[in-house]
Amino acid sequence: MKTTRILIVAVGGQGNILSARVLGEAAVAAGIDVRMSEFHGMAQRGGVVESMILLGDGSGYCISDGNADVLLGFEPSETLRAAKKCGANSVVITNVRPLPPFTVALGKDQYPDIDYAMHLMSERVKKMIAFDATALALQAGSSLTLNMVMLGALSQSGAIDLPQELLERIIREKTKKQFTDMNLKAFELGMQKAANC
Amino acid sequence: MHRLLDGRLNEKMLMLGNEAIARGALEAGVSFAASYPGTPSSEIALQFFQISRESDLYFEYSANEKVALEVAAGAAMCGLKTMVSMKHVGVNVASDALMTLAYTGITGSLVLVAADDPFMFSSQNEQDSRYYAKLGNLPMLEPSSVGEAKEMTKYAFELSEKLKLPVILRTTTRINHASGVVTLGALAERNTKGSFIKDPFSYVCIPSVSRNLHPKLLNKMDEAAIMSNQSIWNIIEGSGKLGIVCNGASYGYVRDAVQQLGIADRCRILRIGFSHPFPDELTSNFLQSCEKALIVEESEPYMEEAVRNCAQQSGLTLPVRGKGKDFFSRLYEFDPAEVTKVMASYFDVSYEQSLPMKTADLPVAPPRPPNLCAGCPHRAAYVAVREVFGDEAIYPTDIGCYTLGLLPPLSMGDFLIAMGAGLGTAGGFSIATGRKVVAFIGDSTFFHSGLSPLASAVYNNHNFTLVILDNETTAMTGHQPHPGANIRHLGLPLTQVSIEQAVAGLGVKKVITVNPFQYRKTVEAAKELAGYKGVSVLIARASCPLYDRMLHGFKRKKPFFINHEKCNNSRNCVNKAACPAFYVGDQGLEIDADRCTGCALCSQICPEKAISPISKKEVSS
Repeated sequence: MKTTRILIVAVGGQGNILSARVLGEAAVAAGIDVRMSEFHGMAQRGGVVESMILLGDGSGYCISDGNADVLLGFEPSETLRAAKKCGANSVVITNVRPLPPFTVALGKDQYPDIDYAMHLMSERVKKMIAFDATALALQAGSSLTLNMVMLGALSQSGAIDLPQELLERIIREKTKKQFTDMNLKAFELGMQKAANC
Repeated sequence: MHRLLDGRLNEKMLMLGNEAIARGALEAGVSFAASYPGTPSSEIALQFFQISRESDLYFEYSANEKVALEVAAGAAMCGLKTMVSMKHVGVNVASDALMTLAYTGITGSLVLVAADDPFMFSSQNEQDSRYYAKLGNLPMLEPSSVGEAKEMTKYAFELSEKLKLPVILRTTTRINHASGVVTLGALAERNTKGSFIKDPFSYVCIPSVSRNLHPKLLNKMDEAAIMSNQSIWNIIEGSGKLGIVCNGASYGYVRDAVQQLGIADRCRILRIGFSHPFPDELTSNFLQSCEKALIVEESEPYMEEAVRNCAQQSGLTLPVRGKGKDFFSRLYEFDPAEVTKVMASYFDVSYEQSLPMKTADLPVAPPRPPNLCAGCPHRAAYVAVREVFGDEAIYPTDIGCYTLGLLPPLSMGDFLIAMGAGLGTAGGFSIATGRKVVAFIGDSTFFHSGLSPLASAVYNNHNFTLVILDNETTAMTGHQPHPGANIRHLGLPLTQVSIEQAVAGLGVKKVITVNPFQYRKTVEAAKELAGYKGVSVLIARASCPLYDRMLHGFKRKKPFFINHEKCNNSRNCVNKAACPAFYVGDQGLEIDADRCTGCALCSQICPEKAISPISKKEVSS
């Protein structure tokens, strides 16, 4: 089966690694080969966290520039930073709520004009789904469910060959019990939003 | 039950490369493991640490990699199956013992995982550990995938047991920190009791003994060379004339590129998995069927040199290319697209590249440099030390979270090369310049390699101040314990070694311990040490806030806020401390209550006394 290359970018603490894990476990459950890489060297210290998930045929563990089929961005400036991984056939799903680096928060660096950046990016990819995922996470009960909102949107986008029911089952099985309901709510909110984007 | 002890035979499980290595060791029957944590190897040790708490597997976090290897070597001399795991630079530390352990050999098995980090995602260099196998005459295996990492680890034990030699399992970050599907094999029974048979004229490496052992080692390597030439880990695929020799992660890129370029029928791939001794006969035979060969390997031209050797020995003159201009770089990690491009050009194949989006006109994403966390005690110690010593002092530093103190505005870090070297180099800086030198070292690093340089400095009458930044854990690599840490909360006995006693025992006469969050006291202590001639030590002790948060019974302190009526915008809080909990809001500087840990550093350096705990805000409003 053809390879689907998914790149997830986020800031340390946004739950990127768990969302990648859900996709990976869902692939195993569906009998689809999966290869993933993660980079979180100094992420607890406010750095960028990057996960690559390659579903289907192939041998490599990473994604070259222009080769991401899906870019899932948990923070808009991180989506922008990863733009070069996308090409004309990419689907970009991104949160638009900024989480500025501390240098920006202290006025020592500029945060980019996200609307403008996303507008430019959207013209250069196959499809762009951009929305305030943090708001939906808070609506589901906690900003920590942002990763589940993003997975919901990814599921709805049709960019991956993993059925929605399976993703929900894995969320139920592999995420902490006390957060299951909240996570599933967040997943659903993400799906609904993506359907209307 | 631990995940790696669970699962049905032949069940497919998604695992991190490091988990797969640990599982492979368990399937081989490992009974004794030791490690000093280091990215990208740390999760191997973590599995063993967790499993040792619910089984009879012995595991220890040793003080450093050399000690880990030595303790495992002792057990392996008694017939046990042992594993040590470390990052590439850890092998440097262990290498002294390793080079001669090759001479004595072992009676059980010993697998040393050397985890390289091409691109230096979290390392100080990107040295290629494969040369250690060559240097020490040790067999080496290199997996190309997560699934294979498990199988190869299992085989590494077999190989070690057969040859009675330590075996190096060499990985790279892209294997250690990759995840993939692993098929579970059966777990082996553990043999935890060994026996030692004395044989000093084989095991005590005095010159006359070693002169006998070296030829024995070379004989073992001859035997290993036969095994390497026949090994199932050295695979030939395809029957074309375009030769490709590859290893590790690059094998995956080669396979994908061959598919993408549609040249599977024209290629012949030799994947080297058993890479030392290099399979020379196999390679020579392979080259005989090729018109030209391309060597695809990250880092140094280790295989390229070996392949050229094979060609020369067999009188072959085919073109062999690997590293060099228009070919592969010795720098960093490979990018799959780059591998495809070089293959296409060398084999003269045209193909359609996936063009990356044009990004030149996009706004620029601001960098997101790592930073000491909000509430990090290292920040507090640095601000106080800078207050006393300013820019005049030279600040050799060391390896750990606190290395991040080099970033402005803290700017505490002038030289860094290796674990313990901040302390080791301090005397050199001081003698050569006559300037004040303040060296930094973390608690775990102090036990790793700070003890000898400190004794040496005292003995040689050096003149500097050492600041031991004691956050009571090995924070950078994931909060592993170390000899100076209190491990009672883990349900383990209190075996803590006192840093104060260690320092005093090494002869340091002037030692002050402070809580760095008591800012004035810390400044006073630093001032006192500034005037001291000789080696003085400031122990700045306060636990890592990330670690605290994970502990049972953790109670969050009240976060702080800025009273805008008092704030005169002197900005000491951000200009001196740069705590990431601060941001610029509508009314000026604000503190993010979610990120603030209530450490109170900022309130103590605020000249306007404008920063107070939120509880006071509630009272006043």
